[in-house]
Amino acid sequence: MAGRVDNLYFFLLAISIFFSVLIAGLIVFYAIRYRRRDPDSVGTVLHGMMALEVGWTVIPFIISMVIFVWGASVFFAISRPPDETLNIYVVGKQWMWKFQHLDGQREINELHVPVGRPVKLIMTSEDVIHDVFVPAFRVKADVIPGRYTNLWFQPTKPGRYHLFCAEYCGTRHSGMTGEVIVMEPSEFQTWLSGGAPEGSLASAGAKLFQDLACNTCHRPDAQGRGPVLEGLFGKTVQLQSGETNTVDEAYVRESILNPAAKVAAGFQPIMPTFQGLVTEEQLLELVEYVKSLQALPQVQTR
Amino acid sequence: MASPTVFMPPRHYLNDGYGIKSWLLTRDHKRIALLYLASVTFFFFLGGAMAVLIRLELATPVGDLVTDETYNKLFTMHGVMMVFFFLIPAIPSVLGNFLVPIMIGAKDLAFPKLNLASWYIYVIGATFTTYSLVTGGLDTGWTFYTPFSTVASSSNVISAALGIFITGFSSILTGLNFIVTIHRMRAPGMTWFRMPLFMWSIYATSLIMVLGTPVVAITIVLVAAERLFHFGFFDPRVGGDPVLFQHLFWFYSHPAVYIMILPAMGVISELVAAFCRKQVFGYKFVAFASVAIAVLGFLVWGHHMFVAGISVYAALVFSILSFLVAVPSAVKVFNWTATMYKGSVSWQTPMLYAIGFIGLFTIGGLTGLFLAAVGLDVHVTDTYFIVAHFHYIMVGGTIMGYLGGLHYWWPKISGRLYNEFLAKISAAIIFVGFNLTFFPQFILGYLGMPRRYHAYPPEFQVLNVLSSAGASILGVGYLLPMIYLMWSLRYGRIAGSNPWGAVGLEWTTTSPPPTENFAETPIVTWEAYDYQAPVEHHVA
Amino acid sequence: MSHDAAAHHEAHHPALAHHFDSLAQQSEATTLGMWVFLVTEVLFFGGLFATYMIYRSWYPDAFAAASHELDVTLGTINTVVLITSSLTMALAVHAAQLGQRKLLMTFLILTMILGGVFLGIKSVEYYHKFAEHHVPGPDFQFEKEYIRHAQLFFSLYFVMTGLHALHMIIGIGIMLVMLWWSWNGTITEEYSSPIEISGLYWHFVDIVWIFLFPLLYLIGRHAH
Repeated sequence: MAGRVDNLYFFLLAISIFFSVLIAGLIVFYAIRYRRRDPDSVGTVLHGMMALEVGWTVIPFIISMVIFVWGASVFFAISRPPDETLNIYVVGKQWMWKFQHLDGQREINELHVPVGRPVKLIMTSEDVIHDVFVPAFRVKADVIPGRYTNLWFQPTKPGRYHLFCAEYCGTRHSGMTGEVIVMEPSEFQTWLSGGAPEGSLASAGAKLFQDLACNTCHRPDAQGRGPVLEGLFGKTVQLQSGETNTVDEAYVRESILNPAAKVAAGFQPIMPTFQGLVTEEQLLELVEYVKSLQALPQVQTR
Repeated sequence: MASPTVFMPPRHYLNDGYGIKSWLLTRDHKRIALLYLASVTFFFFLGGAMAVLIRLELATPVGDLVTDETYNKLFTMHGVMMVFFFLIPAIPSVLGNFLVPIMIGAKDLAFPKLNLASWYIYVIGATFTTYSLVTGGLDTGWTFYTPFSTVASSSNVISAALGIFITGFSSILTGLNFIVTIHRMRAPGMTWFRMPLFMWSIYATSLIMVLGTPVVAITIVLVAAERLFHFGFFDPRVGGDPVLFQHLFWFYSHPAVYIMILPAMGVISELVAAFCRKQVFGYKFVAFASVAIAVLGFLVWGHHMFVAGISVYAALVFSILSFLVAVPSAVKVFNWTATMYKGSVSWQTPMLYAIGFIGLFTIGGLTGLFLAAVGLDVHVTDTYFIVAHFHYIMVGGTIMGYLGGLHYWWPKISGRLYNEFLAKISAAIIFVGFNLTFFPQFILGYLGMPRRYHAYPPEFQVLNVLSSAGASILGVGYLLPMIYLMWSLRYGRIAGSNPWGAVGLEWTTTSPPPTENFAETPIVTWEAYDYQAPVEHHVA
Repeated sequence: MSHDAAAHHEAHHPALAHHFDSLAQQSEATTLGMWVFLVTEVLFFGGLFATYMIYRSWYPDAFAAASHELDVTLGTINTVVLITSSLTMALAVHAAQLGQRKLLMTFLILTMILGGVFLGIKSVEYYHKFAEHHVPGPDFQFEKEYIRHAQLFFSLYFVMTGLHALHMIIGIGIMLVMLWWSWNGTITEEYSSPIEISGLYWHFVDIVWIFLFPLLYLIGRHAH
């Protein structure tokens, strides 16, 4: 992936060098060749050559379009993570990065990942806009309060790589740096099993689900006042408004904070909002919990 | 073709009334241009002083010169001062104000009192913002991103924003004045396609000023309201969207960069024509290219937000439009180059600036292609690659154009010639200093150094040191014209009405011109840049 | 207002500025100037309208509920008042063009009175909003379900109508100056362009209201 970005870069570099040298060369050459020798001399007018004008409009246009398509193609690859990714949650706040592995490992400013697997970062901010930038991987994405943004990469070489905050966020913006530590898969497993005292994100989420009494309305037996969440993640649901929506991390998060926004069809808009009652980390735990809920086998009615 | 008799007219706009009142209450567009010249120069050096401190700090990887808070305020104020108080007003309000009426054969702009008011509005706005600088500073970046600027910054956001809001009206009213003047006050025979190309670019710039500035004005109102009353337009906790701010902000601020470059391009057209003594090749294409840049410039704002969370499809639309806007600029560069072919090319200082512009703008513009390519922009956005790109355009472009124009029209403005040798040396120093300062930054950006960083990983130091060294050279280069131009006011050789042997209405009147610009309203029967016509047409 | 510069080939009209060749040129220039200014105003309000449209499309129910709390009767009266004031303004322009000084002054005064009525009714509405705790801030109260986004609606309401009211106040100020000029003879049949230009500004402020009124007051009039 990084290689593709570099290839595009070198192509652009070549074009730039070509045109810069061409123009610079011509203007210097003309300045010398046609320098004014007689103080009263004037230039020779050439009547506008339409072919030339069209030519140097169309050719740059075509070159631009080639670059556009190439850039777009690289961009699609950057923006579309593969289906199977190792997901890691990121919460940015002034002026540090909190990384949450699914099985509960928490890291501050350091991110351990295995080599050779695609990794997707699901990110949000607790305060102002930040940005995760890993120059070695050629990836970057803003981290915005109030919503999730993603970026993905697949490390190819073990090592330690800079991670920078790349959206100005106040006093210690330049101190909000970290490292991505890429390990061989076996070492990564070892590191991971170093354990997380709090347990996995999903198990923390399960506890929260009970503590916040979500289970009084969201019951697996469809007797609750809220939709059944088992097996719901990833599906497309019909909304009250008639539109459809995919149940992804953003939808789950939104439904906790602003339940009236996209009410599921057939349900009353009675879910209370939890805005201000849950932190970003707790939201991640709840999202992971909902993701973990498998569809129950169909129960035969008697 | 130099004017045969070189004299200083006994009566001209500079001695038509003495005393501070005659300047501060003037309605004469030429005097107003000089009022602007004084103010923008002041802010240029103020913004420049901050740049010096920034580059000094960045010579070492650790933050050892100033605290991080101070550094954040430095780069913010550098940006605010340079963008709003220098780059946007400089060419339009100094050269434009001086030349628009003269180049089209009018006695003044359409609304002289409004013109004076525009200057006062500029000064008041700039003073507000400078006040907020002096009483603690602003640390949001010139881009004011929310929610940092509305919720988290503890600096003087509101007073600074208010200052910029006020200054915006100066821009709007100046643009309005130019539009009406060009439409309604051209001399008999001065058709649209006989106007100098500088007029076309001022016109296109004025369109942008008038259409774009109000949007940033309302955006600033919303930011101030949010900060004061906690309204929540950009606060996600209330349902607001911080990215909406970016859309509103960049809707103006992208066209704003065309406000900065279009007038400079217009100056270059004038310089190339005058110092090759021929009509600009493809006059109509260059004229239309100016308007095309103005129009397309309004459609590309999203390219500042490729990683800000916009959809993939929106990003692609903005990407393709950004490539489109590059094409008319390329057309201009090719036409200028073609003008030099078989021209009578002089190497006098203004032409050196023009040649420098063409080279540096070409590089800056080509790096714009890197940024329009979305897949590549992801890597280089928010790094020093961007910083290098926009400095190539604004400093290598706009400032070179401004200095070139200032040198070209200095004899007309002052009646005096500056020291050509010193001027050439300064141009060379500026060119070298500029490239040494900013070229390393392209590399720094690609290697991954983010922008707005007070301290950085040590592997970036060598390139930073090169850049800082270049900045010291550039600083010297900028100080020299201040000195020799001021010196020439008293001791320079008398210029006469047409020291360059150029074609244009401004060269048919005396240097300096009379208050009413022309002894008699000119009647225009020749095409722009008509160097083939007999000399008598064009000499006062 | 005139300066002795070069000779003019037209009568030396006291209202003709020295840098214009004729009253006709001057009038065309000032009219074009006002149109360009109004375009900037469209863009200025446009940013606000765009913000409003975006949030309304995201939170239609909250916005409808909030809009329901505005007083449609007062809003309608204000709309009629403002449209009538545009009529009186147009009649003022007509009177000016015909050199009918007394009629001109009458219509200008009527226009100002109607403008004042508009502002008066607006103040009453603002007072009601204050009393009902609909002013955004720590005192804001609304149905729990919609409270966050209703606050956004009211923030937009106050900024939009507030900005509009500011323009109205400036408009009334302009009318005062026009009244003075009508009274002291500056405005004549030949030189009526200041009235025309002021009329353009007044009509523009009216049109902004014509957009504001349905967008703010008339959504969600029907029960769900």
